[in-house]
Amino acid sequence: MKIYVPLDSAAVALGADDIAAAITAQGADVTVVRNGSRGMVWLEPLVEVEVDGVRHGFGPMDVSDVPELFGDLTAHPKALGPVEDLPWMAGQTRLTFARCGIIDPLSLDDYRAHSGLAGLERALGMDGAAIVAEVTDSGLRGRGGAGFPTGIKWNTVALAQADQKYIVCNADEGDSATFADRMIMEGDPFTLIEGMIIAGIATGATKGYVYLRSEYPVAIRVMNDAVRIAREAGVLGASVMGKGPAFDMEIRVGAGAYVCGEETSLLNSLEGKRGVVRAKPPLPALEGFLGKPTVVNNVISLATVPVIFERGAAFYRDFGLGRSRGTIPLQIAGNVKHGGLYEIAFGLPLGEIVDTIAGGTASGRPVKAVQVGGPLGAYFPRALFDTPFGYEEFAGKEGLIGHAGLTVFDDAQDMLKMARFAMEFCAIESCGKCTPCRIGAVRGVETMDRIAAGDAAAIPLLTDLCDTMKEGSLCALGGFTPYPVMSALTHFPDDFATAKEAAE
Amino acid sequence: MTATALFGDAEQEVLAEILTAHRGMEGALLPILHAVQHAFGHVPADALPIIAKDQDITRAEAHGVMTFYHDFRDHPAGRRVLKICRAEACQAMGADALADHARAALGVDWHETTPDGAITLEPVFCLGLCACGPAAMVDGKLVGRADVAKLDKIIAGEAA
Repeated sequence: MKIYVPLDSAAVALGADDIAAAITAQGADVTVVRNGSRGMVWLEPLVEVEVDGVRHGFGPMDVSDVPELFGDLTAHPKALGPVEDLPWMAGQTRLTFARCGIIDPLSLDDYRAHSGLAGLERALGMDGAAIVAEVTDSGLRGRGGAGFPTGIKWNTVALAQADQKYIVCNADEGDSATFADRMIMEGDPFTLIEGMIIAGIATGATKGYVYLRSEYPVAIRVMNDAVRIAREAGVLGASVMGKGPAFDMEIRVGAGAYVCGEETSLLNSLEGKRGVVRAKPPLPALEGFLGKPTVVNNVISLATVPVIFERGAAFYRDFGLGRSRGTIPLQIAGNVKHGGLYEIAFGLPLGEIVDTIAGGTASGRPVKAVQVGGPLGAYFPRALFDTPFGYEEFAGKEGLIGHAGLTVFDDAQDMLKMARFAMEFCAIESCGKCTPCRIGAVRGVETMDRIAAGDAAAIPLLTDLCDTMKEGSLCALGGFTPYPVMSALTHFPDDFATAKEAAE
Repeated sequence: MTATALFGDAEQEVLAEILTAHRGMEGALLPILHAVQHAFGHVPADALPIIAKDQDITRAEAHGVMTFYHDFRDHPAGRRVLKICRAEACQAMGADALADHARAALGVDWHETTPDGAITLEPVFCLGLCACGPAAMVDGKLVGRADVAKLDKIIAGEAA
């Protein structure tokens, strides 16, 4: 009997370790596999039992539900049926997350059996320029939020002349509502390693670093184990797979600074400095880690590279909408009935994601706002629910898709409070290098308090301050904090007016 | 560097081992600070000049790096550390009310330790548990769908 109990942080936070222990304690002839998450977080801990090659789901599991796993499974109170047939799974196009939740994350044999390393094998037969061209043709853009074409970035590094080049993976996933990086690192770490190796071969880089946030203890453990296993198997090392160039990598742990998700600040942190933003130019592609040409890519960008090489650039490019090609792992969070990760081609209207896929709010109250793209993303009201999910489409509505996290709020939420929080967060996390962010965020909190106290004259001041921060900040922290603030003010004026009326 | 009451020969020896283990590493300062904090529970003030000398940076630089990051402490935390997520997705599920409850029950504000040294309360901005909030972490153990009942158990010293 084979039973799968996720090791994913969300499952563990809901008791998966206790359930795994309880299953083992039953003493039956059972193999427990600690897999990644399927992404249906409302069903976690989601236990799967393999029956005649079909995996049946049970969840959300409690320790008290464990003994019945050894009885008549069809009568189990938490029985969900075959996992692949659940609407959440059947509706997705899982390319980047194809293996996540299915395989044992630390079994290289499992990884190979599910098409792992097929992309790398193909890349090893190509020269650097052809690899870069394949990535460019796929239309892949930076999944960390900026949406810069990955192939163009790789090309800049490939053409740079230097004695040492680096691949740096940005795994400082600090945005609220985002957990795709965490899920793939915990559930399919070899995909990220494979993507980094391909990036190394393409650009001539022989050393890679994953800058992983300290708030992700499970991901840190799994990634460290995966790197060691890949090194022992010769996937990493002096000659990749025994036939390619050298490439090795290390996991580095962040120290709780949100701004280190910004690429230049991340590089400073990786060098052992304060995580202060660097002015660009020079681009990190030319002068990055330790002043050497460096590819800095998000986890999902790199983890998507293997499937592009396995299936071909055209296959990947054929999914999507406009200039947003391929698939995007939506992370549905906050006050939602069905929260989790849902990978699908770009282009789905926001309303369909929130009302149909997520099933509305957990509280059962009407949806008031959805913040798309993390703490620096805009709050979208229902009036904008027809916006298709794409980089340009959201930019056209004064928003951004960022790392594709969506936080849903019900009608009890006070948007003035959320706008104030955005400024407060910016003030706490500002690296301090540029004035609009360092001082602006503090003044922003004060101005918001004036508005809350009923001072209507402070509203134009806030708008002006947001313009200054947007235009004058060095990076996206100060530059994008106006998005949540101004969208709250624009789309939910009543929350700002009520404060005024209360004062009068 | 002479030994002090709080940072004696034994402590200096531990630090020397940490520094040796990180020799030759590119950008070693953060891994060193993590290792020092793991060994001592905080980054002792007396350790910084030694680390600075080893890394060939000024004491001011070492201090600047150490104080830039939220993770590093200049004094020991309580016997247990309770972190509650304050980010948006958890706020949408009532994290603010939960945090208010924790502060009232413990009688401390953010970053403070209860007078008996039992618990330190820290804010955290996202544990990646955004679809099962509110989220918390107790001594590295993750807690999802946190509520008053789970929090009270944690505060009382029981497993969540």
